[in-house]
This record gives sequence, structure tokens and C-alpha cells, in this order.
Amino acid sequence: MDERDARFLESIFRRYYYDHASEIPVPDSIARREFGYQKFGMSDGGGPGGGGMIRHLQILDAGQMRVLFVRNAPSDVYYSNAYYSFPTMDMAEKDWQGADLIFDIDAKDLALPCREKHVLEACTDCCRVAVSGGDGGGDNHTCGACGGASGLRRRSLPCEKCVDASKEQVRLLREVLCDDLGVPPEEITVYFSGNEGFHLHVLHGAFRDMDARARTDLVDYITLRGLIPETMGMRKGNPDKGGFPDLDEAGWRGRFARAAFGSKTRRAKTITELLSAPAGEGYARFQDMMKGAVSKAGVRIDPHVTMDVHRVFRMPGTLNSKSGMVKAPCADVAEFDPYVDAVVLDGTERVEVVADCPVRFRLNGMNIGPYRNEEAELPGYAAAYMMCKGLAKKKTG
Amino acid sequence: MLILGKDEKAKYPFMPDAGRYLQEYGFELPQFGSDPALRMFVDRAFERVMASTRGEVYRSAAAAAGNDHGGSGSSNRRRGGGVLQDVTLDMEIFSFLIAIVLIKLANRRTLVQRFALSEARRAEAYLADDLSDRRDRSRADMARRILHDIFGIDVEERDYSYLIPVADYLKHSAVFYEREWKLVNRRVEGGYVILKPEKAVRLVRHALAIYIRSRIEDSPLPDMIQGFEGMVSELAAEADRLTPRYVVAKGVHPPCIKHAMGVLEKGENLPHSGRFMLGTFLLARGQSVEEIAPLFKNAPDYNERITMYQLNHLAGKTGRTAYSCPSCNKLRTQDLCFATEECSGINSPLQFGRRPAAAPPAAAPPAGSAPKPAAPPPPPPPERPPSREGG
Repeated sequence: MDERDARFLESIFRRYYYDHASEIPVPDSIARREFGYQKFGMSDGGGPGGGGMIRHLQILDAGQMRVLFVRNAPSDVYYSNAYYSFPTMDMAEKDWQGADLIFDIDAKDLALPCREKHVLEACTDCCRVAVSGGDGGGDNHTCGACGGASGLRRRSLPCEKCVDASKEQVRLLREVLCDDLGVPPEEITVYFSGNEGFHLHVLHGAFRDMDARARTDLVDYITLRGLIPETMGMRKGNPDKGGFPDLDEAGWRGRFARAAFGSKTRRAKTITELLSAPAGEGYARFQDMMKGAVSKAGVRIDPHVTMDVHRVFRMPGTLNSKSGMVKAPCADVAEFDPYVDAVVLDGTERVEVVADCPVRFRLNGMNIGPYRNEEAELPGYAAAYMMCKGLAKKKTG
Repeated sequence: MLILGKDEKAKYPFMPDAGRYLQEYGFELPQFGSDPALRMFVDRAFERVMASTRGEVYRSAAAAAGNDHGGSGSSNRRRGGGVLQDVTLDMEIFSFLIAIVLIKLANRRTLVQRFALSEARRAEAYLADDLSDRRDRSRADMARRILHDIFGIDVEERDYSYLIPVADYLKHSAVFYEREWKLVNRRVEGGYVILKPEKAVRLVRHALAIYIRSRIEDSPLPDMIQGFEGMVSELAAEADRLTPRYVVAKGVHPPCIKHAMGVLEKGENLPHSGRFMLGTFLLARGQSVEEIAPLFKNAPDYNERITMYQLNHLAGKTGRTAYSCPSCNKLRTQDLCFATEECSGINSPLQFGRRPAAAPPAAAPPAGSAPKPAAPPPPPPPERPPSREGG
């Protein structure tokens, strides 16, 4: 990101923090958490916010927190899900006291076909922007136009299907957390991540002390990883018809049955077929069927986020430098429209940019693009959005 | 503190309340070395420790008296019938307490480990039986109170099953390597894992063993007692026989393998995934099953027959498949990776220490092609600095 764009983004972020810092909720047990933040233009780490993070910070109260926002106009702010006795010390000396349970659901992990159309790749050498054809392959392709070796950066634009699919994962995760794991609904807070996913924070005391190993098992439960056929009633020798799950059963057995069989009729037919198959063959067939049902029914969370008991996680109410949108709480997930409700940057000022974006998208109810390396005048939030994505630069002069 | 009846002390002699039994009876330790009338308690204590070294669960005097492992209920109305004589109960308690004295005097770590595990398994059987006793609720209450007081687990009963809070379950199930213990393979409803009584108490076996071990380790080291010397020497010799003197090592071992060997050397529990890694790694390095087996001797649950069977199975001698060593990626997900800088660029522990073959002279890349990507970065160390979420 060039310096002029970084200065613009810092300025518009600063204005947001100046106007809204007092509305940003103060984290629970703030003084026991580690804080970290990044600034625009801090070393080049590949992302719009730069790669360097100022971290191991302790913030004692709301006043200090607001000073940090206004004084530094950070590109991104994080705090630890963990509670420490000494948040400013090195990791080994912080004295871990527990950690909130956190979840990250990201549209890019859902393997949605729509992403072929709205994930773009921008060449860092020739600045060409093209539709990438999906999320696969990482950021280090060779540019098809210039052959430049510096790599292509993937940038995704808003899509209703991605949002809906992510919301469905949020619904499913909440169901598993509440119905299976007994988390009271009021102890779960859902946030839009500020880019293209959702975060869930669980402040349930029972899970706070769990170590990484226990959290890994919890993740496996939520994603259905490690499920064995016997749990769903299939045995290698003499499987019993009564052991298979019914569609209306509670927990994973019921969800699995609905994903694997679909209907009561199909359930009966499938089980009869499995039991009448030669020994071993039925088991193998069930294993194949199980794979399909697991990928269909398991909740698609980022496992690394939940397993990590030292994670620094994006702070609710702060801006995301990948989009300029805010990590916003979603009281009603179904009704939440991220590309309206999380657009918080100033839009009164028009900003002149040179935009290169081959795909049209909607932001704050406005259709934007497509642009083919052309000048445009956009509201501040839209200019910031495109600059954060690397799809526009501030016009010179 | 939980106050136990005499029969409960016999079943759970590791409980703090049972520890004062000798004093309550006015016995001094040296009497057990010199008084022929007390000799039977010492002999039983010795047998109790020896059974643990063989990986067996001590067959209690209660069982010998025909009461099976149900032991004695506080109201003496248990399955198997019969009222245990006081002497039998005394035998149970004294033999446990004297066994601890013998172990302390023998001063061998492996005896502590094995005895703790064996006693945990013994107590587990009583706990399961007590927990599921439907006629004498006081027994079930006592079992629940032990689970609560010692392990902080609140067990609830519903329809002949036992409900354990998910967080408590996860805290204790992490030590199991069988897939059936993964939460995903359990019935989970409303924040509880639903278990049969034997599974509910099996869950705490490891914690029970740790608790018993800590009780042994925390007890003071007595002076040698006249009359105990022979038994103490015998136990020390048995422990030495069980402890591997050396590990056959060929080549340089990566840190994950060294760590696994270290865990076994200390007599601690290495999860199944770790044993699998170690076995497959050493087999792939050309060691034989017979060479590898002694490594596992110090594991608290060592059983020679099972170890040999499992190693032969890994080697493909008992099935169609010879198993290969897991990749570094797999080991990272299993918390078995302890990568150092020397692990840079390897994808499997088997590649550790191998130098890359001298590269042939590089041909000029075609115009416009990108250079080959650099070798992958070294895997992160197990205690990673906090990562951040950029979502």
C-alpha cells in the first residue's frame, strides 16, 4: 500500500475512533488481557494494515483504551481471549489464567461455488486485477499478465450467498453450543468479523479453564472430526438395526441421521441395504456414507482459532483493515446485513480514486463498479473499502 | 473432609481419612516388622505391590472372601452377600498402608507409578459398583462425593446413566487414546456427557492414579524397619528389572521422538498417538520389534504381551498393513511436535538429519517463469506465540 493511501485510511479511521471511541464496549476483565494493534504503513507484511504488530500491551480501563484508539488510529486492534496475571510479560511468564471460547466462521472456508465469481486477485507488480476463480492456491501465484513473481493477492468482494451460508453455520454452531454443550444463549455473542465472516465469543465459565487439548476435542465434536461408525450404530460384526440414529434424535445422532438419510423412508431402505450387504462391505459403505454426511453436517469453523488458548482476536467495535468495516455485534443474525450494518466510516466526503475492479458489488445499499483502471468519485467508506482491498488508489494531485 | 466408614476405607484406602488408620489403632510401624501376628499384613502388602509390577490389579481380600469387587457396603446389604469380617477390612487397609511404606523404602519411581495405576484400577471397580447400586443409595452417594471431592466432578444420575458436565469430561478424557473417548463419539445433551457407570469411573482412572501417586510421594520417608529389609530389596530389584537400562538407538532422533522417549523414561503416560509415532518411527529406522519393546517397559500400563502384539501389528506381521510413521503435519495436530530449527524443511520425522543430496547444476529458468518456491518454513514450536485472527 502506498503512503498516500495509508495516510488517507489512517485519517478516516482516526475520525471514526474520534467520534465513536466512547461507544466501543470495554472488554470483560480488560486489565487481565493482552492487547495488540497494527497501524497503516507499519512495515510491509502483505496486508493493508502492514505486518508489524505492537503487542504485549496492558490496558487498565476504558479511558486508556480510548486514548489508544484516538492517538494511534490503529488499522487493527486485537486482544487476547486469554486472561493473564501479567499480560505485558513474555508468553512464558504471563501466567495464563484461562481463556474465553472463541469461534471464527469465514466464508472463504465454506468452498462455495459463488466465490469463483467474486474473489479477485491483484498482482503486486503490474497492479492488474482479475477474477481469480475461487479461493484455492493461496496468494503466491504468478501473474498471468506480466509473469511477475511478487505474487497475487486475493481479495473477496461481498456476496449475499456467502453471507447467507456463513449465517447458516452460525445458526448451526449456536444450536450445537446451546443444545448439546449447554451454553446459555445469553452467554454467546455473535459478531460480524468486519470482513467476510462471523466471530462467536462464549463467556461461559465452565469452558474458561480448558486447555488446548480439551479445546481440540471440543472442536472435533463441533466439526464431527473423528466420528466412528460405531457411534452411529454401525458395527463390523452383527450390526443391530436399532443402533442407527433416528431423524428426530437429539444432538449429533439426529443431525447426522438427517444429513445421511434425508427421510425416514430412505433411512429404512439404507439400513436394510447396509445390513444385507456381505460382512465388511456394509461397514465400508457406511464409512463412505459417513464421510459425505460429516462434510455436510459438521460445522465449518476455523479449528485453529478455537484450539488456541493464547489467541489475540479482533476486538469488537474496532475497524478491520481488510475492509474498513467494523466488527459489529449481531443481535439478530438473520436480519443483519453486514454490507450495510457494519459500514461505519464517514460517507459525507467524496473521495477521488483510480479504481480497478472487474466485478460490481453493493455496499451500504449502493452499487459500485465495475471499474477498469479508471477514475471514480466515491463516498469515503467505499473509497476506503476499495483501498483496503487493494482495488483502488487515491487519485494523485 | 469426607468421613468414611471402615468398609469404605477398605475400598478407598488412599483417602485421607484412611491414612490415620494405623494411629487410630495405636500401631507403630516397627511393630509390623517384629510382631509375628502382624506379619500377614506385611506379606499381603508385599503381594499387593508385586501384583502391580506385573500390571495386575490386586485381588483384594474382600474378593477372596467371596464378595467380588463389590466390596462391602456400608449397610452390608450388597451384591454377593456376606458380611466382611473386621479382620478382612483391616487387611485391606493395613496392606495398602504398609505397601506405601515398602515402596517408599524401595525408593523406585516405577514402583510408585505401577502401584498407583493398579490401585486406581482396583478403586475404579468399587466406584463403578457403588455408583450403580440401586438398593443402597448411601453407596452411590459416597461414590459421587468421592468423585466430587477428589476430582471436582459433579455426577448426576438419570435413567440408569450418569451425566458428567462436558467441561469436566474433556478435562479427564484428554488422556485416552481410544477414539470412543472422543467427545464426538459420546452422547452429549444439554451440557452433559451421558455415560454408563463403568465408563464414568473409567474416566477418572488416570486422575485417580495421579492422586494416589501424589499421596505416596507426599508421605514421609520412614527409616528402614527391621524385618522389612528383604522385601524392600526384592521390590527394588524387581523395579530395576523393569526399568529399561538403555534404548537401542540408530541414527539421530528428531525432537518429537526424543520427547516421547523422555516421557516413557520418566514412567509417564504416553498417549496412543505418541506410542504409534515412536513404534512406526523406530520400525522404519530398521529396528526390530524385540529391540523396540523394552522402551515401553516403564509405561505405567505396560503389558508385555499387548506391547508385542501392537508392535507386530504396526510392523505388518499380524495384518495386511504395515503402518508408516505419521507426517509432521499430523504430529502437530496431535500435540506431539516439538520442532527445533533442525527440523527445518522436513515433512516427516524420518527425514530428520538427512542432508539434501547435492543439487544438480540449475538450468536457466524459462523467460518469465517464477523461481522455485523456497523450502517450507520450519514448523512452529509447540508453545507458539499468540497468533491473530484477521477475519
